[in-house]
Amino acid sequence: MSKKILYCRCAFAKVVPDATKDAVLEKLCESGAGFESVADLCEMAARKDERLKDLLAGDEPVRIAACYPRAVKWLFHNAGVPFSDGEENGDGGKHIEVLNMREQSADEIVEKLTES
Amino acid sequence: MKNEIHPLQVVVYEGDGANPLAASERFSLISLLLDKGYAVMRVAAGGGHLQTPAADLPLVVVGDFGGSAPELEDAAGRTEIRTHDIRGLAPDAVLETIEQGRAADQRGLNQPGAAGAWKPWFPVIDYDRCTNCMQCLSFCLFDVYGVDDNQKIQVKNQDNCKTNCPACSRVCPEVAIMFPKYASGPINGDVVNQADLEREKMKVDISALLGGDIYSRLRDRSEAAKSRFSKERSPDKALDERKRCLTKLQQSGIIPEEVLAELDLASLPSPDEIQRKAAEAAARAQEARDAAAGAS
Repeated sequence: MSKKILYCRCAFAKVVPDATKDAVLEKLCESGAGFESVADLCEMAARKDERLKDLLAGDEPVRIAACYPRAVKWLFHNAGVPFSDGEENGDGGKHIEVLNMREQSADEIVEKLTES
Repeated sequence: MKNEIHPLQVVVYEGDGANPLAASERFSLISLLLDKGYAVMRVAAGGGHLQTPAADLPLVVVGDFGGSAPELEDAAGRTEIRTHDIRGLAPDAVLETIEQGRAADQRGLNQPGAAGAWKPWFPVIDYDRCTNCMQCLSFCLFDVYGVDDNQKIQVKNQDNCKTNCPACSRVCPEVAIMFPKYASGPINGDVVNQADLEREKMKVDISALLGGDIYSRLRDRSEAAKSRFSKERSPDKALDERKRCLTKLQQSGIIPEEVLAELDLASLPSPDEIQRKAAEAAARAQEARDAAAGAS
């Protein structure tokens, strides 16, 4: 099953290490995968942007490269798009997985984003 | 509102009918656009779907179309689609093309680093932890918090939040309030551990010893100063008094020094307003607690 990938640049703050967010984006660009990217997930959540709802719609697994999973989960909730972190998709895998660019390595994140 | 401008969506199209970009070129272009505040979707050969852009926003599609961009139309007629052929253009030139179109449309964009840009700083409530105690509602003088129809605490006016101030999260006894752009955990959303909970309990106890909540200190201070103000009320003296109150708050460690330094003291509520707002917030919180207790 194909998956949806969302990458957050966290462009309004310096809390995600530049080296990690650049390396993740660079490797994503090399991977050949299609993906969504946003300047700042907090900003889109604040605006309750409809695109976040679209992103989670459907059964495809969703992988989000951003920051702490607890923060991302409740940001989506704040945007009116709640999700359950334990939810599984039809294949028994996680429907939504949040990868933390503040803590995890770029290699670990890209592997999760692009694994089939 | 500060946060009404939705980011424009740019599609870097490398699907059927377009030539793929070099990976380094793709990275340079996408990172440049993101750093300027755009949302960017990469459509790869044989895959990807176009997401619905935010209402009334045009979709900007860029790609190496071999020298001439195709004309595209949204079958539903909802979205205006603009295409640009970027063959041979450096990322800066692509950005300039997109920016020109945006300027011609007079569409705003919240651009990181630009003067007047809104840093998305606001509290995010972890409802798995929140007990609806209303301490945050009582504490915040800027009306950031409110309740929904079920008397459940909500972030109602996130625009009112003071950038880089995590004070409400520090008074939350359950560590349920996050600021994702905060430097350290658990306020940034990191896992809450037992030590964090103990620390928060201690803070609340100290706050209670000081008179219930931190704003009571401001109120006491303003009460003490009231008679003096009435005799010699001048903007400078009022400002000094406010500054002294804020210094107390700073010393408490609840509001960071850099936040206080950036605050426009003259625009802050006056001691009288603080008193009134605190009383109103406390009444709203009590009302919400009573209603929630009545409903259960």
